[in-house]
Amino acid sequence: MHIPDGFMNAGTSLGAGAAAVGGLSLVARKAADSLEDKEVPLTGLVAAFVFAAQMINFPVATGTSGHLIGGVLAAVLVGPWAGALCIAVVLLVQALFADGGLTALGLNIVNMSFLGALGGYALFLGLKRIMARSAGSLALAAGIAAGLSVILASGGFAIEYAIGGAGGASVTTVAWAMIGVHTLIGVGEGVITAGAVGMVLSVRPDLVHGAADLVPGLHRRGHPTEGVVGGAH
Amino acid sequence: MHISLRWFIVGGVFVALCLAVGLSPFASSNPDGLNKVAEDHGFIDQAEDHALTDSPVAGYAVKGVADEKVSKALSGLIGVLVTFEAALLLSKALRARRSRAPNTQLGG
Repeated sequence: MHIPDGFMNAGTSLGAGAAAVGGLSLVARKAADSLEDKEVPLTGLVAAFVFAAQMINFPVATGTSGHLIGGVLAAVLVGPWAGALCIAVVLLVQALFADGGLTALGLNIVNMSFLGALGGYALFLGLKRIMARSAGSLALAAGIAAGLSVILASGGFAIEYAIGGAGGASVTTVAWAMIGVHTLIGVGEGVITAGAVGMVLSVRPDLVHGAADLVPGLHRRGHPTEGVVGGAH
Repeated sequence: MHISLRWFIVGGVFVALCLAVGLSPFASSNPDGLNKVAEDHGFIDQAEDHALTDSPVAGYAVKGVADEKVSKALSGLIGVLVTFEAALLLSKALRARRSRAPNTQLGG
C-alpha cells in the first residue's frame, strides 16, 4: 500500500502533501487536547508495534503479499487522533528505510493515516453501536472495521490514480484490482487487529481507548470524540 | 492478573522486537497488493528511485551487513526503537502543551 515516487503526477502528490500537512496539524491539536497520561507511553508502543507488524508480509494470493496497516488497531488503542499520528510517524520513519516515496508521503498519509485510522475508527464506532457490548464483540467490531479500512485505503489510492496516475492504465481496472487484492489483505488486517485488541482487553481493558465506555471507573473521562475539547485555542 | 503500565509497555515493545527482528527476515518477499497491481497493469516502471536510497538502512537492509536475514533483523531493531522514541517524544510534547494551556478540563 506504500506508494513510491512516480506513480502519481506532481500536482496530485503536492495536493495530497498539503492535505496531509493541514490534516496532521488538526489531528495533533485534537491529540493534544485528548491524550491521557497513560496514553503517552502507549502511543510510543503502538507506533513501534505497527512498524514491526508492517515488516511482516503475509501471502494473500499467488505471488502477492500484504501486511498490516494498523490504522484501526492504533485508533482503537490510543484514540483516533493519537492513532492517526502513530501511522504518520511510522510512515515518516519508513522513509528512512526508503519505503514509500518522499513526494508520495502525503498520498500515503492520506490513505493510511486519514482513511485507514480516522476513517477506520469511524467505521469502528458505527459497528460498536450496532453490536452487543462485550469484550469479544468489541474486538470483533475492531477487526471488521480494520478489514474495511484497508478497502477504504485502497479506494483512496484508486481516486488518486484517477486524478493523477502515471502509466496510462485503465482507472476502472486499476480500481477494481486494488480493491480486490486489498479485500484479501483486509482479512489478515481484521484477524490481526481483532486478536491484538482482544489480547489487550483481556490484560488491561483500561488501555483500550475504544472500550472506555465499557469499563467505567477505569477511565477518568468520557470519549474525547464526543465533545469534551475545551476552548483553549 | 494486573500488569503495570510500565511492564505492559516493556512487554509490548518486546513483542514488537520479536516480530521485527525474529520474524521479519522470514516474511513473504512477494510484491505487496499495490506493487502486484502495478506490475499487472503496466505502471510499475513509473516508480522512481527513492530519494533516500543511499540511507544506511534503505530497503530494510543495514549497510555493511552481508547476511540478508541478519541485515533485515538489524534494520527491524533500529526501526522499532526509532519509531518508539519518535512517537513517545511527539506524544509527550503534545501532552505537555495541554498542561500549559489555561483551559484544561481535567479534574484530578
